[in-house]
Amino acid sequence: MVEASGTLTRRLLLWLLLAPALVWLLGLILLPHLDLALLSFRERTGPGEYAYSLAQYRTFFAEPLYWDVFVRTAVISLIATAITLLIAFPIAWTIAKLTQGRVSALLFAVCLIPFWVSETVRTLGWMILLRETGVLPGVLVSLGVTDAPVEMLYRDATILVGLVYTSLLFMVVPLYSSLESLDDSLIEAAYDLGGNGWTVLRTIVIPHAAPGITAGCIVVFMLTLGNYLTASLLGGKNSLWFTEQIYTQFITRFNWEQGAAFGFLLLLLSSLMVWIGLRLSGQKFADVMSRS
Amino acid sequence: MMAMLTRRAAALAALAALLSLGVLPGVAMAQGTLRIITWADYVPADVAAQFTKETGIKVEVTLSNNEEMISKLRATRGAGFDIAQPSQDRILGPQQEFGIYKPIDLTKVKVDLIQPDLLATVRRNATVGGKLYALPYVWGAEGMVVNTQRTKVADYLDLCRSDLKGRTSVRLRRPTLMAFAFAMGKDPFALYGDPKAYSALMDQIGARLIACKPNFRFFFDNRDQLLNGMRSGELHAAMMWDSGGWKLARENPAIQFIAPKSGALGWLDTYTLPARGKNEAAVYAWINFTLRPEIAARIAKNIGNFSAAKGAEPLTDPKLRAQFAESFPRGFKDVRWYPAIPPGLEEIEGRVLDRIKAAK
Repeated sequence: MVEASGTLTRRLLLWLLLAPALVWLLGLILLPHLDLALLSFRERTGPGEYAYSLAQYRTFFAEPLYWDVFVRTAVISLIATAITLLIAFPIAWTIAKLTQGRVSALLFAVCLIPFWVSETVRTLGWMILLRETGVLPGVLVSLGVTDAPVEMLYRDATILVGLVYTSLLFMVVPLYSSLESLDDSLIEAAYDLGGNGWTVLRTIVIPHAAPGITAGCIVVFMLTLGNYLTASLLGGKNSLWFTEQIYTQFITRFNWEQGAAFGFLLLLLSSLMVWIGLRLSGQKFADVMSRS
Repeated sequence: MMAMLTRRAAALAALAALLSLGVLPGVAMAQGTLRIITWADYVPADVAAQFTKETGIKVEVTLSNNEEMISKLRATRGAGFDIAQPSQDRILGPQQEFGIYKPIDLTKVKVDLIQPDLLATVRRNATVGGKLYALPYVWGAEGMVVNTQRTKVADYLDLCRSDLKGRTSVRLRRPTLMAFAFAMGKDPFALYGDPKAYSALMDQIGARLIACKPNFRFFFDNRDQLLNGMRSGELHAAMMWDSGGWKLARENPAIQFIAPKSGALGWLDTYTLPARGKNEAAVYAWINFTLRPEIAARIAKNIGNFSAAKGAEPLTDPKLRAQFAESFPRGFKDVRWYPAIPPGLEEIEGRVLDRIKAAK
């Protein structure tokens, strides 16, 4: 009897502890998504009247504009993820292997400092630096590199700079944690056995860090794909970012049905990309997530 | 310990009782709050403070724009705010579609404080099922700002001239479509009842704006973005509404606000009551308070536009009146008011705006 009530209490306690997470998942993630899903299969037939239809998804495939923006967003996000990985890897390596103690902590802090201010402020900072009457074009003129100030905003490259800058930390952290666990003696042994830098990187370091790399790539890709502010502010009149389309449909066009359909397509795209990424790198989702 | 706590509690209770009775001098009676969703500058802090002092009602302001106001009210089915201030042409459609407002009770409003011709405009455009859903608040007109040291423009199509490549800006919103339609000699308002012809016209305007796209440095989203572009000299001419243009003109005499040859489009923002707003007594108190000539004049000065309150005009800033006379030499004749947008038209416009955005 005593034992039975003990397990009961324990089970009750477990549910109690789980409750906040469950409420969160159900109430704030699952239910709104279900509502959005229903919304995306609706079509306005008259003032205040709606009927079920696939019209919203048809519009997406029929109007090349939305499709183009969709593909463009995915491609730029992929490029941004690749660049972030290339920049973050040496940083993470330096912090994990080449420095120790206070220096390594200091380097981490340097990576972290930009995140002490909000994304808006960071993006506006880039705008001040890069606009025609801004800091960098002025410096270039005074150095004699260009004759007249050049407008550096509103280009695809500007969007990339902003996205990479914003997501660097999210790549450095998982890379650092997976590189730190790599035993230095393995690298030394590889060199002793006649390996050069490239083979060591390819056969020892990268396989060991693979879960970290995949985790970082997934997080960064998701962040850039769903980014709204950086793309729309730095991209200007040609930004064409898919989240912007979703915002426009919901807020300025009052077309929630179309916006919901776009939202689901974006969710599908990111899930698909993550799945492909895991497949290509031969990683397991649970393994990767425990690293990030 | 216990005694001390109770004593403090008793003192607090007594204080609360005094407050609620309004016994303490200088402390107004609390009458709840009035939640307003509106545009920047529309509720000046000093006006709100005076209202609170007179009535005890606290004023909570949320800043927004037409589309966001409607979207927010749609999401809550008209809850969350007691007053919203959309433009008069944006009331009929959303009201028919989403039912987010409740009718105005004119018996509670000092109607004779409102300029009759503006009230008539709102009556024409914001009456649904025989009931009036809005009252006029502030009005102004859309035109162009131009840096006269750099260039000269007379109408919207001049923004597309080859010598202004990358030096102009417009909003990627419906007023731009309307403005360019008139500049091209068309009357989009006449086609409001004919979606097919309207759609064809919008396609035509879209093509014109796409051809003009290299001239636009950016599509501005808010006033400050445009003002900064003009101040820094990055922009030479742009579409802008009067208050922003006159603000620039006061800072830099080389910059002027002009009414385009094809006519300026007049906007009129309103008071509306969200369907599930709570504090109705406070709403009418606020409306009557802000219609008082001296209060209305202060609000108008803060925005840099003109009040819909009748008595406010003689009290309006003389500088502003001079600027109006200069920009609109023929007065109201240069201003064309937006008629109410029938539901469904914005979808057509939206598709055209998306195409402009996507064009290379």
